[in-house]
Amino acid sequence: MVEVSKFKPKTVYVTYIAATPQQVWDALTQPEFTRQYFAGFAIDVEPRESGAFRMLYPDGRVHIAGRVIEWSPPRRFACTWVVEGMAEFRDLPECLVTYEIEPAGESVQLTMTEAHSWDVPDDLLSGGRAGWPAILSSLKSVLETGKPLRLKMEPPKEMMAAVERLKKG
Amino acid sequence: MSKPKFVYVTYIRTTPEKLWAALTDPQTIRTYWFGITAESDWKPGSPWTLTFADGRTADTGEILEAVPHKRLVIRWRNEFKPELKAEGWSRCTMEIEMADYYPDFGGKAVKLTISHELEGEGTKFIEAVSGGWPKIMSNLKSLLETGDVAFAE
Repeated sequence: MVEVSKFKPKTVYVTYIAATPQQVWDALTQPEFTRQYFAGFAIDVEPRESGAFRMLYPDGRVHIAGRVIEWSPPRRFACTWVVEGMAEFRDLPECLVTYEIEPAGESVQLTMTEAHSWDVPDDLLSGGRAGWPAILSSLKSVLETGKPLRLKMEPPKEMMAAVERLKKG
Repeated sequence: MSKPKFVYVTYIRTTPEKLWAALTDPQTIRTYWFGITAESDWKPGSPWTLTFADGRTADTGEILEAVPHKRLVIRWRNEFKPELKAEGWSRCTMEIEMADYYPDFGGKAVKLTISHELEGEGTKFIEAVSGGWPKIMSNLKSLLETGDVAFAE
């Protein structure tokens, strides 16, 4: 079992969305939404604690795999996360991604926290730090306008270099 | 040891010209900044003030750099909360870049990066702006994409 207390928050992103908590929950947990804003990946999740969590490429291959740590609709969804789809990342320790949905006036505050259980180098965190603002900005656009931003995303060079260094070390 | 700093990135379906206008027009600023507005002639060396809806001064400062549609740097100090004012000057950089988007997207997306850094030591000022920027930037994005803000205080 995953020891959640070992994970320390390293990257936090907060956004406010003109939507209901249920709409934000659906956008985070349903493949027809994630395909639009999450670089084309479809979520595939067993909706319960300890259930399997995956993000799938359009052809069905696994990009990200993990376990559901908390499933509390429509407020908190947490899962562990390993990038299975890229050989360079497969052996890294899993991280913990938590989404918290809080009503804020007539809108919703969405907080994403990426937490790690080891002393992860900053260069390795650059992937999430570049990716989350793009993903969550596009999620907000999907819910507020019906249209995603269709941003191109690729792993930052410093992240790939950090992974190479870890493999050699 | 690096200086206390807050960084926030958002992507907006708009153009650099429209985003620059929204960052520098007092009436537009008031719409997404909870009634607060910023006034300046947005030229390097010019004064800059942030004013509450009731006329009180919130923050003051000076424009350090202004490259229309690209980059704005403000030297910035809180004036209305003694514990924040005591931490002294900060530097806020707003950078506008075209985002890399798929050609079938059929629109333009812009990346806006806000970096807000304290010149000296302290944690309260950066803590305060860390809570504020996500609200303000979320509202700015909504205003440009939908014509309305996302969140009212």
